[in-house]
Formats: sequence, structure tokens, C-alpha cells
Amino acid sequence: MDVNIKERVAAFLAEHDPDGDRLEFLRARFDAGLAWVWYPEGLGGLGAPRELQSVVERELAGTPQLNAGVQAIGLGMAAPTILAFGTEEQKRRFLRPLWTGEELWCQLFSEPGAGSDLATLATRAVRDGDEWVVDGQKVWTSGAHHARWAILVARTDPDVPKHRGLTYFVCDMHAPGVEVRPLRQITGEAEFNEVFLTGVRLPDDLRLGEVGDGWRVAQTTLMNERVAIGGAPVGRGGGMVGVVLDAWRAQPELRTHDLHQRLLSLWVESEVTRLSGVRLREQLAAGHPGPEGSGMKLSFAKLNQELSGFEVEFARDLGYDDDWTFRRSEGVDFYGRGRGYRYLRAKGNSIEGGTSEILRNIISERVLGLPSEPRVDKDVPWKDLPR
Amino acid sequence: MSLLYSEVEEELRAAVRGLLADRCPPAAVLKRIESDPYDPDLWKTLAGEIGVAGLLIPEQYGGAGASASEAAVVLEELGRGVAPVPFFTSSVLATRALLPTGDALLEELAEGRKTAALVVPFAASPYRPGAPVRVADGRLTGTVTGVAGADVADVLLAPVDGRLYAVEEGAEVEGVPSLDLTRPVATVTFDATPARDVGECDLAEVLGFGAGLLASEQLGVAEWCLDTTLAYVKERHQFARPVGSFQAIKHRLADLWLDVVRARAAARSAATDGSAVSVAVAQSWNAGVAVHAAEEALQLHGGIGMTWEHPVHLYLKRAKASEIALGTPGDHREALASLVDVPGPE
Ligand SMILES: Cc1cc2nc3c(=O)[nH]c(=O)nc-3n(C[C@H](O)[C@H](O)[C@H](O)COP(=O)(O)OP(=O)(O)OC[C@H]3O[C@@H](n4cnc5c(N)ncnc54)[C@H](O)[C@@H]3O)c2cc1C
Repeated sequence: MDVNIKERVAAFLAEHDPDGDRLEFLRARFDAGLAWVWYPEGLGGLGAPRELQSVVERELAGTPQLNAGVQAIGLGMAAPTILAFGTEEQKRRFLRPLWTGEELWCQLFSEPGAGSDLATLATRAVRDGDEWVVDGQKVWTSGAHHARWAILVARTDPDVPKHRGLTYFVCDMHAPGVEVRPLRQITGEAEFNEVFLTGVRLPDDLRLGEVGDGWRVAQTTLMNERVAIGGAPVGRGGGMVGVVLDAWRAQPELRTHDLHQRLLSLWVESEVTRLSGVRLREQLAAGHPGPEGSGMKLSFAKLNQELSGFEVEFARDLGYDDDWTFRRSEGVDFYGRGRGYRYLRAKGNSIEGGTSEILRNIISERVLGLPSEPRVDKDVPWKDLPR
Repeated sequence: MSLLYSEVEEELRAAVRGLLADRCPPAAVLKRIESDPYDPDLWKTLAGEIGVAGLLIPEQYGGAGASASEAAVVLEELGRGVAPVPFFTSSVLATRALLPTGDALLEELAEGRKTAALVVPFAASPYRPGAPVRVADGRLTGTVTGVAGADVADVLLAPVDGRLYAVEEGAEVEGVPSLDLTRPVATVTFDATPARDVGECDLAEVLGFGAGLLASEQLGVAEWCLDTTLAYVKERHQFARPVGSFQAIKHRLADLWLDVVRARAAARSAATDGSAVSVAVAQSWNAGVAVHAAEEALQLHGGIGMTWEHPVHLYLKRAKASEIALGTPGDHREALASLVDVPGPE
């Protein structure tokens, strides 16, 4: 398959000029099955083993690339969920423009009253013939201001316990009744938003999965989200530690013995974390997914935070290498921005996509088999839960 | 190169684990630890029947010609069992020193008929190798403290100035009270002791190789501590709940698990590629994880953890001693500074 893949990429490049129109190139790449090779044919893939994707990426380095910073939710969360639960029609409708970035996605999960305890969410979806009418409020919605579509979880049955009364939808962000309001972040800009949904009408063919099965569908999204946040492959000394090392090597006059010791420790932790990522991908390729994935986002968040904090301390600069002007953010760009931004933005890494505390709960209960804490919300209809 | 375990390695693991469970569970180690920790019968079976003694020795000398990653799996299991057998000291360290010489002694080591020990302090760092031994007219003189495995060795291998000398008789080996009861250290004294020059010895290379494999033993120690603690906190009830249902405990164990997951990747990387960077990474990470796992195990067992009767102290002592062995985590991190170009202050 390896040679085969290289031939395919070569044949594709022979027919499509990477220096021509960017969007045309990306569309053609999707149609050639070179978008995500492990997806089925016709949906941007070749039904090939996932590890071949890295070959494709290598061969296509230097050609037009996706915009990872704004497409993260579409690529990392919406796409795998649509692939797993969508109808043929939904897959054909959504995946291509999602991948090319023509249509951006956001995630309407969190609510003011439902964060870690996502299953308590209150946004209602009521059936009206072939349509659903949605009312509620979402919060912390990253990139809603760019988004054409959203993945949405809403309550369709308040009379059953919280996990059972949910249904998963694709929400049309251009539908009447969708209102997006910026929320200014600690970086000064507005990357996330409040989203008000008032009488939003969604046709039933925007439902993903069965009515009442929304929690199970959402699990797919959340699991993929954690891998997407923590699981990106990096080379030795790459990623955040690479950024810090660049600064370290460039300014020998700022080095101290104490910082040197700490940097070496962080280097080692980055490296062992990288190695377990490598090992995890080998397990996946061999068809034996281990539980290691559950820890990747946790270690990623910790390292990103410690390293970005280290970088600010090392620079001994009381200024902020950006400005605080309120603006709509274009997306998350750790490596393209200044250290002040990195320090502040990294604080979100242990909150977004499940807090580090929740991830530790998941590891201790699902991986280590430790008993759950006594629960007061089990078997209680959602509408009777204390709020 | 893969960081996963091969089928052959898993078979080897199962054989060693089975034997240890049968003949040398932690309770048995505990029982003999104050009199004579080593179990010669167990070693005979491990060395001869399972063939671990000759794992790293090529077939031409009667060994199995296996790779370091197979020896690493054996070490994981021996670490899990804090087994008092001279595998690491004889079949890894001393054997590695002897290998380039092709000396006939290799065959005896391969069969497990003899064991050897490398006469350097077990705390010697690969980055500053050496032991205070002099050679004159084929005789050795000097005192080396903290030598691991010397008390059970038939042959002492002393590296002096780039050469390796074998001593079978005439050295004084005096056991001392050791922090690690399952791998005691001894003071070795040569006093114009006749020695045989067996060939060249790159001591730094030997110690580095040993350090890389020690990371697998440390992984085994950490795994036993984690598993045993998980089982305990699921069983032990306080406040009408299993102790393991308290979030403060769960979160600590989740963090520990993540440390162990990363220790496994680090150990595999050191065992399979053996580069200086992988060795330094694995030692600076795994040594600390083993100690931390043993300390957490002790704490989460409460009062029982402080008793002589519970084997957790054997693991704590092994972990702390092996943290110092073959370079401390700090020594290895310091080495990384130049290996991966993270220079210190000018
Ligand atoms: C930068 C950023 C981007 C985001 N983007 C999106 C998005 O695009 N779409 C979206 O839907 N959501 C998004 N979120 C929301 C995110 O998923 C939630 O913030 C997160 O799940 C936590 O919920 P919460 O903020 O309500 O905190 P809470 O759940 O109120 O938690 C408060 C604190 O209590 C702790 N806590 C809660 N429950 C437990 C427990 N059982 N045990 C121990 N500790 C507990 C938490 O760890 C946290 O420290 C984003 C968040 C951030 C920071």
C-alpha cells in the first residue's frame, strides 16, 4: 500500500497544480481520496490504514494546506461523528466542504448550567411535524462567529433520566433564531461566544442518530475531541517544547541554573509524552487500541501550561507582546503568536474538551476500575433534578 | 522500530511471571530477606530452563542471541517480583562487559553455571565511569564500595584503564547492610590479587547499556506498586465506602497511571534503540516514577504500608536504590543538556 499511496499522490500532483487555485486544489484532493485516507472512498478517503495519512502529508507538504486553527472542531469532532452516525446523504452533503474549509463548524454543547455535567443540558428540541423547534442558550462556543454549521445536543425528553432524553443534531447557524454574541477572553479577543437559540427550526434530516440516542453520539464527539486536542504527532523536541527551546537558544544571557534544571525536566516529560503518543499510534495501527489515549490530553494540557509559563518567566519581560484590543479571533494559533498569548491561551487546555479533573475521573473509573462516587442524579428524571 | 511488545517477548514474560508467581511471590522474598536473600534454586531454573542467563550472549557462545528488548521484558518481570536473582548484575552488566572480549567465560555464564559481577560501584554514572583499582604485574589492588551482585558472583570482573580483568579467587567480598534488601551491595577489596586480563572494556558504554535496561526493571517495580495499590483501595473500606471511591485518591492514581504509561514508552524506547538520548530520557523519567509509585503505594496502604510484613517496603527500597544506580535522574538530565542541545548558562 505504501508504494501505491505514493503513486497515487504523484498521479494526483501530475494532474493538479498546487500553485493554482487553492480551493480547487483542496476539492480535487478530497475527490482523489487523499483528504483522510482512512475514510471510505467517495468521502475523501480510500478505506486505507490510517497510518498512511502521514505518508500523504509528507508527499503533499508544500501544497495548499488546511487551516487547522479554524477547522479544528469540524475536522476533529464533527467529521468523525458524522462518519459514524450520519446517513449516506448527510455524509455526502457535509464532509467535503467541511474538509476543504469552505464550511466551518462549531460545537453547541456547553450551557451556562451544564459544563462538566454536560448531560444535564436544558436546551429543548420539540418535534413539529418534519421539523424540530429548538430553544435554549449555549456558551463558550468557539468559532461560532465563523461557523456555517454546528453540532448540537438538545433535550428531547425531560421525563427520563438525564442521559436518556438527549438527541444530537446538525444546527444550521444561518437559520432564523440563531444569535451569536462574542465573549471576550483573557487574551483580550473573542474566540468563543454565547449562542442564543430562539425558535430555531431544524428539519428532521439534520438529526444525527436516533431520537434519544444523543448521549451515545456525543460520546463519539467527546472521545475524538480529546484525541484531537492531545494527540497530534510531533517530532522529538517539537511542539511547545520546541518553541521554548528556540527562545532558550536565542538568548543565552537570560539563562539561569534554576531555569536550566527545570527546562531539562520539562524536556524529558515532553519526550516521554511524545513516545507514549508514538506507542499509542502503533497500538492503533496494530488494531489493539490501549487505554493510553485517555491520558494524552491530560499530559498535553499540563505540559503546554508549564512550558508556556516557563517561556514568559524566561523572557523577564513585563510587557505583553500583543495588544489587548478587543477583536474577533481568527482561530487558535499557538505557535504563530507571542509568548503572552500562548501563556494565557494554554490555560484553556485543561478546561476545554473536558477538564483535567473530569479526565482523571474517567481514567480512574474506566481504565483503573475504581468505584464511582455516590451519585444523587441516577434514575431521577431530568426535570426533577436540583438545579 | 516498534515500541510494542513482540509475541516472543510476551511468551518470555509469561514464563518468567509464572515461575515467579509459583516459586518466589513477594511473601516468599520477604521471608528470606534477612538471612540469605538469593534463591539459588530459583536462579537455576530461570537461568537454565527459561534460559535468561544467556539471553544477551550470542549463539556461538552457547547463549540465546536475543536482543536487549527481550532482556528488558525479563527485567520488567523481575522488577515486578523484586526477585533477588543476579540477572541484572550478571547476565546484563557483567555479560555486556565481557561480550566484546569473546572470552570462554561467556559459555559458563550463558549456561548459568557461573555468575559474574562487574566491580564498579553500582552508583557509578555512565558519564563519569571508573573505580579505584590499580593494576601492576597482573595483580589488582584497590577497594570498591557499593558493588551489586558481588556477594553471589563466582567471577569478579574489574574494569581498569580500559581493560577488563577477571578474578576468581583471592578477592575479599564483604557484604554491608544495604538499603535495597533484594539486591545487596558489598565492598570488594583486591590486595595484589592475581587477575586475568580478558580484553578491552568500554566501561561507559557498559554502564549506559545497563542504565537503559534498568529503566525496564523500574517500570516493573512501578507497575506492581500501582496494581497492588489499586487492588487495595478497591477492597479497603472507610467511611462506609471503598477508599478508592474518594476522588482525592482516584486522581492521584490516575496521575500515577499516566506516569507509568509514559514510563513504559520510555523503557521500550531505551531497550529498542539504546541511543544515548533514549537511555538518558528513560533513566531520568523511570527512576523517579518507580520511587513515586512506591511512595504512593506506601501512603495509600495506610498503617499496613509501614509494616515489615507488607512487601511494599521491598519495592520502595529497590526503587530508591535503583534511582541512584548507574546515574541519578539528575545525572542523566545533565547529560541531555549536551546530547539534545539545551545548553546551560554561559
Ligand atoms: C477555550 C475554551 C473553548 C471552549 N470551546 C467550547 C466549544 O466550542 N463548545 C462547547 O460546547 N464548549 C466549549 N468549551 C466549554 C468546555 O467544554 C467547558 O468549559 C468544560 O467542559 C467545563 O465546564 P464548565 O466551564 O461549566 O466548568 P464546571 O463544570 O462548572 O467546572 C468548574 C470546576 O469544577 C470542576 N469539576 C466539575 N465537576 C467535577 C467533578 N465531578 N469532579 C471534580 N471536579 C469537578 C471542574 O474541573 C472545574 O475545575 C470551551 C471552553 C474553553 C475554556
